[in-house]
Amino acid sequence: MSGEAARKLTALIVDDEELARAVIREMLNGHSEIEILGECGNGFEAVKMVSERKPDLLFLDIQMPKLDGFEVLELVGPDVAVIFATAYDQHALRAFEVHAVDYLLKPVAADRFEAALERAKQRLGTPASPPVAELAMAAREPGHYAERIVVKEGTRVHIIPAAKLDYVEAQDDYVALASQGKKHLKQQTISSVEAMLDPKNFLRIHRSCIVNLERVTKVEPYGKDSHVAILSDGARLPVSRAGYARLRSVLDGQAR
Amino acid sequence: MHPILGHLRQLGLYLLAWIPLTAILLYVLKSSGGLGWMQALAMDLPLCLVYAFMCLSAWYSCRGAPLESSSFSRLTLTHLMGALVISGIWVVIAKGLASALASLDVFHGLDQRFAPNYPLLLASGVMIYLLAVALHYVLLSVEFSREMEKREIQARVLARDSELKALKAQVNPHFLFNSLNSISALTSIDAGRAREMCILLADFLRRTLGLGEKVLIPLREELELVHSFLSVEKVRFGARLTVEETVVPEALACAVPPLLLQPLVENAVAHGISNLTEGGWIRVGVSWGDGSKGDRDGRDGSAGDLLIQVENNFDPEMPRRRGHGVGLVNVRQRLATRYGDRARFEVRTEGDRFRVSVRLPAEKLEPLL
Repeated sequence: MSGEAARKLTALIVDDEELARAVIREMLNGHSEIEILGECGNGFEAVKMVSERKPDLLFLDIQMPKLDGFEVLELVGPDVAVIFATAYDQHALRAFEVHAVDYLLKPVAADRFEAALERAKQRLGTPASPPVAELAMAAREPGHYAERIVVKEGTRVHIIPAAKLDYVEAQDDYVALASQGKKHLKQQTISSVEAMLDPKNFLRIHRSCIVNLERVTKVEPYGKDSHVAILSDGARLPVSRAGYARLRSVLDGQAR
Repeated sequence: MHPILGHLRQLGLYLLAWIPLTAILLYVLKSSGGLGWMQALAMDLPLCLVYAFMCLSAWYSCRGAPLESSSFSRLTLTHLMGALVISGIWVVIAKGLASALASLDVFHGLDQRFAPNYPLLLASGVMIYLLAVALHYVLLSVEFSREMEKREIQARVLARDSELKALKAQVNPHFLFNSLNSISALTSIDAGRAREMCILLADFLRRTLGLGEKVLIPLREELELVHSFLSVEKVRFGARLTVEETVVPEALACAVPPLLLQPLVENAVAHGISNLTEGGWIRVGVSWGDGSKGDRDGRDGSAGDLLIQVENNFDPEMPRRRGHGVGLVNVRQRLATRYGDRARFEVRTEGDRFRVSVRLPAEKLEPLL
C-alpha cells in the first residue's frame, strides 16, 4: 500500500443537536478513510475549529446558534469541502441546487449520505469553491436582506449589524466595512455586499462605495462633475455622477 | 332574471292565481249590463291573459324603486303612474279587441255595447297592477333574504376554510423533520428511547389533527398539547430546554380557540432556545387579567379576562430567522376574527427577553360545543 492512499481525510461535524451529530458520526463509522476531528454545537466553535485544525470536510447544519451555516461557510474560506444538512428550508435547497453544493436532508438517508460524501471527496483536490456570497443570497427569502454581516479577523469573529454599518469601501479584492469608527476588512466583492443589503437603507454612490443613507448629512459639489457625501461622523465619501443622480432621487423621494 | 317568467313552475302558479281574477272580471263585465255571457267571456279571456303578462312588468319598476331606500311619495308616484300607463295600454288593447270581434257576425255591435265599460276596465286594471306590485315586492324580499343567506354561508365556509388552512400550517415541517432525524439517530443508540420518541411525536400529531374541527377547547386540552410538543422538543434539545409553568387551576376549564398557546411556545423554542448554545428557558403563565373581578369560580364567565403569557430568553445578536413570527401573526389574526376588540395580543422585547401576552375573555366551555 502506498503512503498516499493511507492519508486519512479529516472531518468536522457541526450541528447544534447532539442527536443530529450522532447520525452523521454513525454514518462515518463505516469509512475508515475518514477521521472525525471533532464536533461543534454552534457556528463560533465551528469557525474556530476549522481555522485551528483545518479539516478537509465539514458537515454543516444551517440553523444554529451564534452563526448560521452560511455565515460559517463565509468565514471558513474555500479550502474545506462542505456538506450542508437541513431539515426543511425550501430557499436553501433551491440555492444548493443552483450552485451545485452537496447537501443532506434530515432524516439522513444512507445512500444519499454516500453519494454526497463521494462527490465531496472528488471535489477536495480542486479548490473551485462555491461562490459563497451568492449562495447565501440565493438562500435568502425573496425580499429579505441581510440583517448583519460577519467578518473574521485572525481568529476573531465580528458581527456587524446592518443598522450599525456606516459605509462600505472597495479595496482591491477586499471590502472595508466601516462601523462605529472601525473598519473591518473582508474578502468579498462590493457588488455582492450591495446585493446583500436592503436598498431602502443602503445606496451605491460610487463604483467603490456603498453608504448607509441614514448617515448622510450633506452632499457637496466636488470638482467638475462629481460630488462628495459627508457623513454624520465627518467621513467624506466620493459620489459619482450616476451615484449623485441615484442619491438625489432617493433623497427627493424621502422629502416628499 | 325575472322571478316568475324565468321559472316555469312559478309562471304556472301565477297564471293559476289569475283564474279567480278572470272570473271576477267576467262577473263584473256581465253585471254592468249590455253584454251577454258569451260576449263578456270573449272579451274577458283574452284580456286577462294579456294583462297577466303585462303585470309582470311591475318587477322592473319594483326593482327600480326598492322598498327600503325609496320615499313614500316616490313609491306612490312611480307605481300609480305605472298602473295608469299599463292599464291605459290595456284599455286600448280592449278597444282593438272589441272592434275586431265586432267584425264577426256573432259579436255584431260588440264594440258599441262594450264602450261604457272602459272606465271600469281602467279602474280594475289599476287595481290589479297594484296587486302585482305588492306581489313583486314580496318576491324581491324573498330573493334578497335567500341571497343574504347564501352569502352568509359562503362567508362562513370561507372563514372556516382559512382557519383550517391556518391550523394545518401549524405543524411546522422543520419540527417534524428534525424530530424524525432524532428518532433516526436514537434507533442505533437507544432503541427504547427511539420508540418513546415515536410515541411522543405520534401523540402530538394526533392531538393536532383532532383540533381542526373544534371551535373552542378547554385550556386544559391546549396545555396538554403544549406538554406533548415540549416533550418531543426535550428529546431534541436535551438539557438546553427548561420550562416553567404557572397556571391558575380555575382557568383550566376556560374555553380557548385550539392552537392558541402551542404556536407561541413553538415560536419560543424556534427563536429562543434553538439559538442559545447554553440553552434557554420558557415560562408559560396563565392568570386572571388585571381588569377581572367578581366571581372567579365559574358561574359568571364574563366576569374576567384570561391572561396568557409566554416568555423566553433569546440571543439578541442573532438575526431573525426565515419564517419568524408566522405562527404569531396567525394567532393574532385568529384572535381578532373570533373576539374582535375583546381580545388583546401584545409582543414585547426587553433585552434578551421576549414575551407574548394574550388577553381574552374568560368563558366557560358550553357543553354543546
